[in-house]
Amino acid sequence: MRSLKDILSQLLEIPDEGTTPERYRIVRRNIAVLMLMITLIPLAMMTVINFYEYRAALRNEILTPMKALVNKAKHSFELFLASRLSTVNFIASAYTYDELADEKNLNRIFKVLKKEFEGFVDLGLIDSKGTQISYAGPYELQGKNYALQTWFEQVKVNGVHISDVFKGYRKFPHVAIAVQHISDSGKVWIVRATINTAKFDDLISSMGLDAESDAFLINRHGVFQTKSKFYGEVLDQCPVVPTKSFEPTVIEKIDPLGRDVFLSYAYFNQTDLVFMLIKPRSQVMKAWYTLSADLLMVLVIGVIVIIVVVLKLTGLMIQRMKESDDKRALALREVEHTHKLSSIGRLAAGVAHEVNNPLAVINEKAGLMKDVIEFTPDFPDKDRFLNLVRAIIQSVERCRSITHRLLGFARRMDVEVQVLDVNDVIKETLGFLEKEALYKNIQINLELPPDLPKIASDRGQLQQVFLNILNNALAAMGDGGTVAISSFERDSQMIGVTIRDTGHGMSEETLKHVFEPFFTTKKAGQGTGLGLSITYGIVKRLGGDIEVQSRVGRGTRFTVYLPKKTESEPGT
Amino acid sequence: MKDWKVLLVDDEKEFVLTLAERLGMRGIQTETAFDGQSALKKLEVDQPHVMVLDLMMPGMSGLTVLERVKKLYPKMEVILLTGIGSTSEGVSGMKLGAYDYLMKPLQIEELIEKIGSAIKKGSSAK
Repeated sequence: MRSLKDILSQLLEIPDEGTTPERYRIVRRNIAVLMLMITLIPLAMMTVINFYEYRAALRNEILTPMKALVNKAKHSFELFLASRLSTVNFIASAYTYDELADEKNLNRIFKVLKKEFEGFVDLGLIDSKGTQISYAGPYELQGKNYALQTWFEQVKVNGVHISDVFKGYRKFPHVAIAVQHISDSGKVWIVRATINTAKFDDLISSMGLDAESDAFLINRHGVFQTKSKFYGEVLDQCPVVPTKSFEPTVIEKIDPLGRDVFLSYAYFNQTDLVFMLIKPRSQVMKAWYTLSADLLMVLVIGVIVIIVVVLKLTGLMIQRMKESDDKRALALREVEHTHKLSSIGRLAAGVAHEVNNPLAVINEKAGLMKDVIEFTPDFPDKDRFLNLVRAIIQSVERCRSITHRLLGFARRMDVEVQVLDVNDVIKETLGFLEKEALYKNIQINLELPPDLPKIASDRGQLQQVFLNILNNALAAMGDGGTVAISSFERDSQMIGVTIRDTGHGMSEETLKHVFEPFFTTKKAGQGTGLGLSITYGIVKRLGGDIEVQSRVGRGTRFTVYLPKKTESEPGT
Repeated sequence: MKDWKVLLVDDEKEFVLTLAERLGMRGIQTETAFDGQSALKKLEVDQPHVMVLDLMMPGMSGLTVLERVKKLYPKMEVILLTGIGSTSEGVSGMKLGAYDYLMKPLQIEELIEKIGSAIKKGSSAK
């Protein structure tokens, strides 16, 4: 198992070796992976952090109003119950036993009560033994004994009692409120009032809940005290009884309908009631889902954009790298070629020097032999010897021209710059070749614009350049054909001269070596293979460039580019 | 042609002697010297019409000899021989007052022609 450090160091390494396409592929892959890593990892981290932070923040923001709503509802219920309780308490305290026992009196009190406080269904006086002494209300309850009922026991112990919701005799939900009063004389009585729970439903509907939400009361045993929209009727068993908490609390649940819900609840402080508010999670978290979808979209778009940009960018970089590598390789090859040329040049000069003197001696000796033979009137085998000597002299002549060419090759180092018109140089050079062209029936077409800018260059060397190219052009053509010469201004820096012939052309293989010294396609003895090499050397020396295009059987085109201003190196 | 007198100076003895013989066969009087010093010494004794001087010699170089000759005998014409065929050497010789220059190996007819025109120039100047 490799460590992260190893992987990183491997990614940062740019291989120097290996086949070139492989190397570029590795470099590109490494750069792309690195760039993707340093962009995608922070982006992914930011997205994850944002996701959790936003969710936490938003959750609080959503749940707080739910808790507030529960708290408010709980207080409303408690306030309602407390006000009813104090009313009953007031009645129990303000009136004497006898006043309350008087049915007429009680009915009057009940009438006032009903008028002032909504929800009261009946009012009754019960003595300490549990017997209903008097009763005002819609039912016939006089004389009924409650001594055995649990609420009676509780009111005897606690002084007050608020019952759970019950249907009792009346068959619709009620809550009974009972208050025990002990007079100064020690007499004990209980005032009991019943209120219907319609007010509860009013309180819940006043919360303005949406269709998906539900709110209801249960008692501590989980029995519905008000009707639930989804989970049951009054006095049904509620499927959930949350743990006791007086503070509003929110829990997440799956409800019996299978919905993911937030359940917010609070236990009542004084009574056995629990208020519950249920909202479906999907609805509550709607904002969150929108936000997280946006977040995801930003992430996906970001990742796509990054990947596309990184791939494009690395592609471009590698392309540039490749180009500059190629340029460097080309420059190196050129330097190598120039170097080769100059060392061959030095060698050639040395050889020419050394050979020239003995050649001069041979020339003179042979000349003397010729003189002797010629000047002696009856020299035996005169003609035969004269022919032999002439052959020697001719061979010397050939050697001479070779050494002179070699020297010319070495001499190209000397540059004598003057301002000149290239068109003139071309015309002068053509002067040397006119006779040959005429003899070979070759047509020469000139296209030399008179407004061609003058350039600073070496006249003699330019002549040699054109002469070499034209010589080759003439040699490439048999009888007939056309040589077209045109000059032009290439750009603000350079002018160009194109020399096109309709000769036999060159093969690709020949083209590759065309500027190499001693490369020739001519028969042995007819060419030194130095002409175009010298030409190349001179053009480079003059700060120019030379291009050649050729097709076998179609002809060859040389284009020489020359700088308007020469920055030639001094001759060596 | 009979009264032409030429001094041939070259370190290549075989070359100088053969050339002298050939010129002699054509009726031209020749003297030979194999280096600059002896050439200058010979000039002290007798001055030829034309001096044919090789530029590449050990010891005193051809150009130095030319300089001395032109100083001492300004009327004497000098034809330079150059083995390296370099125009620049020839041109600098011409600037020092040489009459012309030829490249080795040379053609005898060309040399005689040059000697002739040099003598003609010298005599017309007189």
